[in-house]
Amino acid sequence: MKLHEYQSKTIFSKYGIPIPRGRVAATPQEARQIAEELGGRVVIKSQVLVGGRGKAGGVKLAKDPAEAEQLARQILGMDIKGLPVRKVLVDEASAIDQEIYFAITDDRAAKKPVIIASAAGGIDIEEVAIKTPEKIIKVHIDPLLGLREYQARDVAIAIDLPREYWKDFVKIAMNLWNVYKETDASLAEINPLVITKDKKMIALDGKMMIDDNALYRQPALNEMRDTDEDAPSEIEARKYGLSFIKLDGDIGCMVNGAGLAMTSMDVIKLFGGEPANFLDVGGGASAEKVAAAMRIILSDPNVKAILFNIFGGITRCDEVARGILAAMEEVKPKVPMVVRLVGTNAEEGRKLLENANMITAETLADAAKKSVAAAKKGK
Amino acid sequence: MSILVDKNTRLLVQGITGNEGLFHTTQMVEYGTNVVGGVTPGKGGEWVLDGKLPVFDSIKAAKETTDANATIIFVPARFAPDAMYEAADAGIPLIICITEGVPVQDMMRVRNYLDQKKVRLIGPNCPGLLTPGEAKVGIIPGDIAIAGNIGVVSRSGTLTYEVLYAMKNLGMGASTCVGIGGDPVNGTNFRDVLMMFEHDPKTEKVIMIGEIGGNEEEKAAEYIATKMTKPVAGFIAGQTAPPGKRMGHAGAIIEGGAGTAADKIKALEAAGVKVAKHPEEIPTLF
Repeated sequence: MKLHEYQSKTIFSKYGIPIPRGRVAATPQEARQIAEELGGRVVIKSQVLVGGRGKAGGVKLAKDPAEAEQLARQILGMDIKGLPVRKVLVDEASAIDQEIYFAITDDRAAKKPVIIASAAGGIDIEEVAIKTPEKIIKVHIDPLLGLREYQARDVAIAIDLPREYWKDFVKIAMNLWNVYKETDASLAEINPLVITKDKKMIALDGKMMIDDNALYRQPALNEMRDTDEDAPSEIEARKYGLSFIKLDGDIGCMVNGAGLAMTSMDVIKLFGGEPANFLDVGGGASAEKVAAAMRIILSDPNVKAILFNIFGGITRCDEVARGILAAMEEVKPKVPMVVRLVGTNAEEGRKLLENANMITAETLADAAKKSVAAAKKGK
Repeated sequence: MSILVDKNTRLLVQGITGNEGLFHTTQMVEYGTNVVGGVTPGKGGEWVLDGKLPVFDSIKAAKETTDANATIIFVPARFAPDAMYEAADAGIPLIICITEGVPVQDMMRVRNYLDQKKVRLIGPNCPGLLTPGEAKVGIIPGDIAIAGNIGVVSRSGTLTYEVLYAMKNLGMGASTCVGIGGDPVNGTNFRDVLMMFEHDPKTEKVIMIGEIGGNEEEKAAEYIATKMTKPVAGFIAGQTAPPGKRMGHAGAIIEGGAGTAADKIKALEAAGVKVAKHPEEIPTLF
């Protein structure tokens, strides 16, 4: 789960990391009011969950409250990479001397958290990594020991930070480690961490991602979820515990198991079709879940055929077949359906679907071919 | 011979009295796996499976009585890290964790702790292990695979069943099937398992089934190219997966352009691995 900049910075501030004075606004009037309170120049920053806001014109400097209102109006009406801007952050403007990149994230290959830092802050770090990898410093953290101060100092030295700032930097690093650890973040990023003209170190921008699997113990963060970037069908699927991702093709897929669900999409593509979605109904798929899944797939008007690919293990094929029948009763689908049942209770499942007017298939390849043909006919 | 589990495995089940634990314990015992007991804190002294299997309050107590040498975990995600630490501290050398949804930071701590103790972990978020005819330690349906000389290693569950089933239909059997799980941080990776298969006399060929996310397939390719003598065939799931989206498995995500199926297939093919276009084709590639 991604957090907005303003949410990330509020968390940073709670953990003792200095951030600019400022607040979030949902209307131009609010933006003006915040600018009046702050006094002086302010930055108006769109709050959307994508990178490249600055380049898209979603970050602007205002010299006074009137201009803050005008720019906020402009930015609040924008769409950035398809996402509507619903909020802007109004921050006091800083006079910047130096910009640093500083983040803590998971290194899945090393099985350890890692600090990533660079003296080349403020720009896209992935670009730095490709063009000038020598400018990126990485220090792994022992997850059982936690970040040690000497490691933070080593980073300060490696990015040529002047000595007078080491103390502040180490404090920020230790605090960011606490943020990362205590919020179950998969990314806690300050970009840029700036040194201002009056020699203060401030987290000017922040980005956090939280491990979805840890949200059960992060209820406050769970409430911060912004679903703007999710398709309505994805939000609906989440309610039923279904793993669903909407795609642009015309063959709906219902599969048990994530690996097999991905593979079914791949095989559809291999035989000339385009999958409309990724959907894992999960282990032990109940009739209720299957019915919900079918409704969600059919809510996409692009869908011209559906492929059911169920490999029964824990999941029993007859249970899935009952779900399919119940769902057909309810949604009365008009598109052709291809079904392949293998494994536990497959025979019983097939019998249940005998009169349901479905196309049956034996192998995955056969099922994919038949659904591609069915979708083409439906066009 | 086979790897990791066989008829000498003496297995404990953590979470044996739960729904899933009990269901799969029954299946494992029916298959012929030597399950020696289970653990559910607070239920020590009870018996399950018609009085055939004792339940203990702790792994320590279970180990003392049964001399178990492996444990399988079926407890919910929030209790799974503790279950793994407990097993490691009790001196169990092989832990199989089926549980899905363990937070990544927990897994980083668990993995680093287990490495210090030299404990082998399979999973989490995996279907477990199957050595056909000898031991089923996990949830892979026993009847879809026959014994043979092909080692199978995979990040996925049902996709693996698909491949085992295709093998069986062609009369081809598995030495051991290892489900390493779909999480970004896990206990055992492709490279580890490939090394075990390379040294296992019963295994003559290997099938590896990867998917998008991370770089473990690439590391495996390097091992195959430099150290492996046995032929390897494989498949990579997620060629049509959009970047930035988590495809069901916590670890199945293309991040910053890295971890794509195309990169993995390229690395494997360069290492001499025959990569199938679809899973049913894999066993025909040898």
